[in-house]
This record gives sequence, C-alpha cells and structure tokens, in this order.
Amino acid sequence: MKSAVIVFPGLNRDRDMIAALTKVSGTAPAIVWHQDDAVPDVDLIVIPGGFSYGDYLRCGAIAARSPIMDIVRARAAAGVKVLGVCNGFQILIEAGLLPGALMRNNSLKFVCREVKLEVVNAATEFTRGYTQGQIIRCPVAHHDGNYFADADTLARLEGDGRVAFRYAEGTNPNGSINDIAGIFNENKNVLGLMPHPENLIEAAHGGDDGRALFSGLLGAAA
Amino acid sequence: MTIPNDIVITPQLVADHGLKPDEYQKILDLIGREPTYTELGIFSAMWNEHCSYKSSKKWLKTLPTSGPRVIQGPGENAGVVDIGDGQAIVFKMESHNHPSFIEPYQGAGTGMGGILRDVFTMGARPVAAMNALRFGSPDHEKTRHLVSGVVAGIGGYGNAFGVPTVGGEVEFDERYNGNILVNAFAAGLADTDKIFYSKAEGVGLPVVYLGAKTGRDGVGGATMASAEFGDDIEEKRPTVQVGDPFTEKRLLEACLELMATGAVIAIQDMGAAGLTCSAVEMGAKGDLGIELDLDKVPVRETQMTAYEMMLSESQERMLMVLHPEKEAVARAVFEKWELDFATVGKTTDDLRFRVLFQGDEVANLPIKELGDEAPEYDRPWTPAAPAAPLAAGDVPQMDVADALLRLMGSHQVSSRRWVYEQYDTLIQGNSMQRPGGDAGVIRVDGHPSKGLAFTSDVNPRYCEADPFEGGKQAVAEAWRNLTATGAEPLAATDNLNFGNPERPEIMSQLVHAIKGIGEACKALDFPIVSGNVSLYNETNGRGILPTPTIGGVGLLPDWTQMARIGFADENQAILLIGGPAERGTHLGQSIYLRDLFGRRDGSAPHVDLAAERKAGDFVRGLIRSGVVTACHDLSDGGLGVGLAEMAIASGIGATVTAVVGHDPILTFFGEDQGRYLLTVNLDPQGDAIKALWDEARDKGIACAWIGTTGGTELVLGDSRPVPVKDLTSAHEGWFPSYMDGAAA
Repeated sequence: MKSAVIVFPGLNRDRDMIAALTKVSGTAPAIVWHQDDAVPDVDLIVIPGGFSYGDYLRCGAIAARSPIMDIVRARAAAGVKVLGVCNGFQILIEAGLLPGALMRNNSLKFVCREVKLEVVNAATEFTRGYTQGQIIRCPVAHHDGNYFADADTLARLEGDGRVAFRYAEGTNPNGSINDIAGIFNENKNVLGLMPHPENLIEAAHGGDDGRALFSGLLGAAA
Repeated sequence: MTIPNDIVITPQLVADHGLKPDEYQKILDLIGREPTYTELGIFSAMWNEHCSYKSSKKWLKTLPTSGPRVIQGPGENAGVVDIGDGQAIVFKMESHNHPSFIEPYQGAGTGMGGILRDVFTMGARPVAAMNALRFGSPDHEKTRHLVSGVVAGIGGYGNAFGVPTVGGEVEFDERYNGNILVNAFAAGLADTDKIFYSKAEGVGLPVVYLGAKTGRDGVGGATMASAEFGDDIEEKRPTVQVGDPFTEKRLLEACLELMATGAVIAIQDMGAAGLTCSAVEMGAKGDLGIELDLDKVPVRETQMTAYEMMLSESQERMLMVLHPEKEAVARAVFEKWELDFATVGKTTDDLRFRVLFQGDEVANLPIKELGDEAPEYDRPWTPAAPAAPLAAGDVPQMDVADALLRLMGSHQVSSRRWVYEQYDTLIQGNSMQRPGGDAGVIRVDGHPSKGLAFTSDVNPRYCEADPFEGGKQAVAEAWRNLTATGAEPLAATDNLNFGNPERPEIMSQLVHAIKGIGEACKALDFPIVSGNVSLYNETNGRGILPTPTIGGVGLLPDWTQMARIGFADENQAILLIGGPAERGTHLGQSIYLRDLFGRRDGSAPHVDLAAERKAGDFVRGLIRSGVVTACHDLSDGGLGVGLAEMAIASGIGATVTAVVGHDPILTFFGEDQGRYLLTVNLDPQGDAIKALWDEARDKGIACAWIGTTGGTELVLGDSRPVPVKDLTSAHEGWFPSYMDGAAA
C-alpha cells in the first residue's frame, strides 16, 4: 500500500507522521510539497498536524484554499483514503471534506496530555485494527480541538456510524460535543481526528495503541 | 516623522541611550569627533550590558569552558558538545526577563524564538526546550497575569515551532514581584562536520539578509534590558518585540536547506540589537570590515530611518555571508519558503563598520572596538558575607505528616502540570521522559539506543544566603539530576540573573556565584559551554534573589536503562545514597523554614564536591548495572518530599524508618546536599545487596537501607501514615486552584 504526506508551511508533525508510516509499513511515504502540481498515485493521502500558515485567520483555513487541496478533494471523491490529524483534521473541515467545526478548547488553553479514546466504529478500513468499543490510550496536543456540529449533522454522524473515536472515561480535553475526537465522511474514506496516534506507536513512546490505526490502514502486520 | 542623522548630541540624549559620561568620552576619543545620531544608537546597542558583558566579562573568563567533548565553548551563538557517532548537541540558555514583565505573552514567546534561532543558526535542528520561570509572590496582584501570559507565550511559540519542552522550573518568591525571570533553553542536534559559525571570512563577499522584514518593533530593546525598572515601566512596552513562530519555522527549514547546499560561509541571527549586533559580530570576529546599504533592507514600514533600522529588534531575521557563486541557489531556497532574501552589503578589508542610507554615509566606525574590544569593567565588590548558621537546637516543630502534606500542596513543591500541559512535550516522537521527573530525556533520532538528558536548576534562596555555596549547589544539582536518570553529565550553560552590578553588594553576589560555579564545574568535569548574563534585574532599587540558572546536558548510552522517579513495584528496598549518617541535618534556608514558618534564615547547605562526585558516579554505575528500579535526587524539602514525589509518581506507598535519637524534622526535611534515593530489585537479606553496601563502604559513600515500598500510604518513621492519594491531591491541587483564583 502506498501513501503520500502533504506538507504545508507551518506543519510540524509531518516528520512524526512520516516516521510512523515508515515504521509501521516498512515503506516511506511520498512527500508532497503544497506547491507541487500533482499527487502520486497512492492509496492513502495524509495531512499531518502542526500550524499551517501559523494558524492565522482560522486554523486550517488558508491551507484548505491551497490549489493542492483540489487534487485531494478529487482523489477523495474517487475513493482514495484521506487521513487528517490535528491541523490536518482542521484543514479537512475547512476544505469541506468533513462537516462541523473545530473551535478553541473550552479551557482556552493549549493542551498536551494523554487521553482515552473509545473506538466507536471499528468496521472501517481506518479502524479495522481495533475492536468495536475498544478503549485505547492516545495523546492530544492542540489549541483548537473543540468539535461542534449542528443538531442535524450530529444526528447524521451518530446515526450513520460516522463517529470514529470518542474521548472516553471523562478525558474529553477540549469540550467537544458528544465527546467526539474523530469523524468520517459519508463514504468513510476520509477520517479526521484531533489526537495523535502517530506519537504512540512503539515501546519507546510508552505504548503502541496508535499503531493499529496505521497497521490496519496499511494492511501491515500489527 | 523622521529624525535627521545630524541632530545635536546632548548629555541627556547620551544618558537616554544608557551610556555613562565616561563611556561617551571613550566614544569621542575613539572616533575623534562627535558621533552621528545613528552612530550613537549603534554604540548604545553594542556597549550596553546585555550585548557587551562589560561588568561580567572579567569573571566569566574564569569559568572552565573546555573539555575532551567540547567542540565550541562560549562566544558563539551556542555551545557545541560531541556526543559521538559524528554528532553534536548544540545548546544555550538565555533570559528574556524585562520584556516578559512588560508584555508577558510576546516577551516570553520571543525569548523562545531567540534561543531557538541561536541553536539553528549553528546548523542544528532543535530537539528539546526547557524554561526556568521565576515569578513574584503568589498573592501579588500581577503574578497570575504574568504566569498566565508567560506560559501561553512560551507555548504559543514553541508549540507552533515544533520543539518538545522536556523540563524546566517554576518558582515563586516575593523578591521577583517587580522583575520576573524567564530563562529559555534550547538544544539541537547537528553533525560535527556541519557546524556553522558567525566568523566572516573573505573580502568583497555578499552580506545577505534573510527571513522576516524589518519593522519598528523592539527599537532599543537591548538598552531597555540593561536598565533597572522604575514606575514608568508601562511606557517601555513598545521596546518589546512581537514574535511570529510561523516565520521562525520556515526560517529553520530554509536555513537548514541552505546550509546543506554549501553556500553559507558565516551566519548570525539578528537577536538583541538586530542588524547592528549581527553585522558587527560577523565582521569583528573575522577581522573584516562590513559595509551595509540600508536601502536594500526589506522593510515592513515606510519612512524608517537608518537609526530605526539599525536598532530594530524585529524577530525571525538572519544575516549571512555567502559564497557569491551560490547566491542564486540560496535565493531559490528562500523563495520556496516565501521568505525575504536581499543582498544588503559586503565584507571589506578596512575594519570599518560603514552604513549607507539614501546616498549618505550615516555611520563609519571602527568595527573591532565596537565588537570584541568593547569596554570592560572591574567593578568594585564587597567581601562575601554568608548568612549565619541557625543556632544549635533551633528546629521549629510541626507534626511530620502535616508538614509533608502542606509542603506537597505548597506553591514551591506542587505539581507544575498546569504549566507543562500547555507545552507540546511529545512532538518529534522522541520524548522518553517528559516534565515531572528529575530530568527530561529524549532519544537521539536515528540511533538505536542513545539518549540525551536535560535539566535546569538553581536555588536562589541558597544563593542569597551564600552566593558561593549557592553557585556550587546550582551546578551540583544539575549534575545530580542528570545522574539520577543514569546519564553522564556532559556540559552546562549558565544564565546569570542578578541586580544592578554598579552596587558593590550585588557585584559581590555575581563574583562569588561565578566562583562557586567555576569550582563546581571543575570538580565535576562539567564545563560551561554557553550562557547569558542578565543584570539590572531591579525595581525601584531592590534586586531580585541572585539567580544563576544552570542548564545541564547529559548523555545516556542506552535510554532503555534510564531511571525514572516513580517507585517501580511493591516490596523493593529503598536506599539513601550520600549525605550524613543522620540522613538529614541542615535546616537553614530550607523550604520547611520558609514556607511553613516564614523564616529565611540560616546558612545555605554546604556542597562537598568530592563527596558529590563519588556518590553520583556510584549511583550512575548502579543504574547502568540494571539493579536500580527508580531513582530520585533530593533537593527542596529533603527526604520527606523526595519520598512523596516517588510515591505520587507511581501510586505506590512506602514505609521508612526514623533515625533513633535524631529529630525527625531534620531527618525528613533537612536539605543536606549530594543525596539520592534509589529502589533496587535485590533481596535485602541477599548477597547482592551486601556487595553493594561493601562497595559503598569501601568508597566512603553513605548507603543506608531506609525502608521498603508498598501499600497505599507513605509512613515516615513514627508519624501518622499519609495516604498517597492525599499527597497526590495536595500536589496536583495547588496550581490549578491558584490560577482559578482560589488559593494564593
């Protein structure tokens, strides 16, 4: 399985994501600079975390309007899997690939800590490495991860199995509605999540609960 | 409004530039005429305390700065230390005290920005950051605002830049009410054969400006930082710079990409005193002149004068000397990252610093005298006057369990989680020990087992009581914290924060602290490779506590063997290594006295450097032999607080014996130096532990089995058992409730 990582100026977890994809799959992803005019033919496109364009204007808003996102949108429509983590999730929302909004954390502060996540829908290509309802550990590190959607959207997300991960055991770090940590698009080939599974993939990280996301996705051995 | 360059230089104008009459006379003697307005600004920027180290240079020269692993000591943007395998760790600590008090968010953020730039200017990718913060009394009206702004500012910059914060310090004391301390540390990894320096080489080569545009922000910042505060402090807000971590992150990537092309001859970041300081340093170090054409400088505001451009401290800017044939390659890299790139001058062979602006020569000064031959003072200092020891038997009493709970929930000892959770502590995926332990540890990316440990330490209470012992203690504690993880301490950086050096009693603190630091660094083979001096930390004539912060770096050959502070399991023997037979004896300057009895008296604890080294080397050997399951050095609050921190970190309790016939207050809260707590997975009756004791005895190191881990309570001698969960809630409770406005 081939993957590509899109890099915008100001992203800073690109190296973490590239390391995770490489370590889990054994193959380094293609790296696509935002000014490139093509994305290689891959099965998975990843937009990693960071502060694209300094988070100026609104988190993810400027990157979402970059020409490269037209290619990402077209690939997503064609069924290619797209994963956005943290700032990547914010960019996918701003690009209209996922619904809702990510507001400032309810604490009004940046938060970096470990939380618990419930795998709400394990029947997708992203989450098949987990079991339904499994509780996993995962770190978060963000300032604007407070997910919000209107009641109709929320009902559709919940009703159609589009909530991927929920903060569990009282560890919601940001005030997200329904404890939502990650969501799918309608076709479940686009996933956005705030936590950082790429920072919990090996013993050196103090655990490897994040690894199954990549191993399941990449068809690699867990 | 533009200010002409030929305005009359009055004594008041000279004073407003922070120059003393004798310094101005020196300028007149040097150039043989009255300086232009721009030249006066340039002298003020170069000769202020912050840039010239004029009061401290004589004493800094006495510090040990070399060693078998030292590649670059003080004098460059950061120190460079060999860590083997062709790699080096590049690090420095620097203060941003005054700006952070005036405007906490931007002041602290740009402090981070400045120290990160110092590191990547040398060709190193930043891999770890720390910050040592000292605020006024918790009940002072400004303290919450400053804590909140400084922490958010550091997070806002460092998190966006993408460097993990691995450690640091936060302390409160009324002596910082009017002058907080924000000391930022950064470390980066580089290949030993790809280190970049600021010394220009070659005549007629292009001097290139890179990064962000120049604005009016921060004009006169370094001069402001070299003056005391008075009541007019709010008026100084415009001297604080505004940070843009997005530009800094692009500047990092662009610089590293450019360095890889081989185009860079010399590089210097524009920090304090911006364009002036960076250009003069590159020229003076290389014995070259520099000519700048200000009409080529990218500016973000119109009508800027030469004076403003030369003194602007706009952030995220670099100056380089490039190989002319690679200028196009360099320009392409900067265009890719959408950063400014402009050739603004050239190197010359006349040792002059010449500045051209709109067809005029607005400055023409001798470059060496501006730079590395700036004035130097031997300021008078009073003899050492250490505080008197406590009277024999002066041990104020309190129930041991009550005292422990109060200390764990005090502003001094309580958990700093509220602070460090606002920092990204795990970005880059290499954080092996995050804040909360003795030292932060990262693994060296790409190496199978190597790790690096980082710590920041100083005890200002001790330094106030006895600057010499306090200086020694700061170094020893940093060395001890690194050792407690199993790391070999490599080298240190010092950030010396003091009051007004023109007062002999303050100068005495500086001199004696440096002497103490030097003595400890020599005894522990722990050289100082970089640093920063921040003087005039005074408000309305009252100085801060003398605060020589030490940032230490250590090397772990195998991070899988490192020790952590939490108890690993139940039923493990707890050993106390080092210190006197009674375990604890010294209560002078302790937090037990200060925070429970409001007393600031007694002598600072003595640091026996030979014993320190023996105990530390012994502990490191034990950790590396694999028998140690947890390790913690003892500092504030002594044995009682150390045990409680190990219990809290694990949720496991412990039972520890008293010393028969010795006051338990001294045993559990004395702050004697050179001590470590260990747990070992050895049978307390077995041969292996006997061998360990024999070895300690042969080496003359105290090694006592003082108790056993287990249960859910901490039992100190005959005192009431304290549930670990009560210790935890006290420890975790203070900071959030204080910031919510509940406690003080």
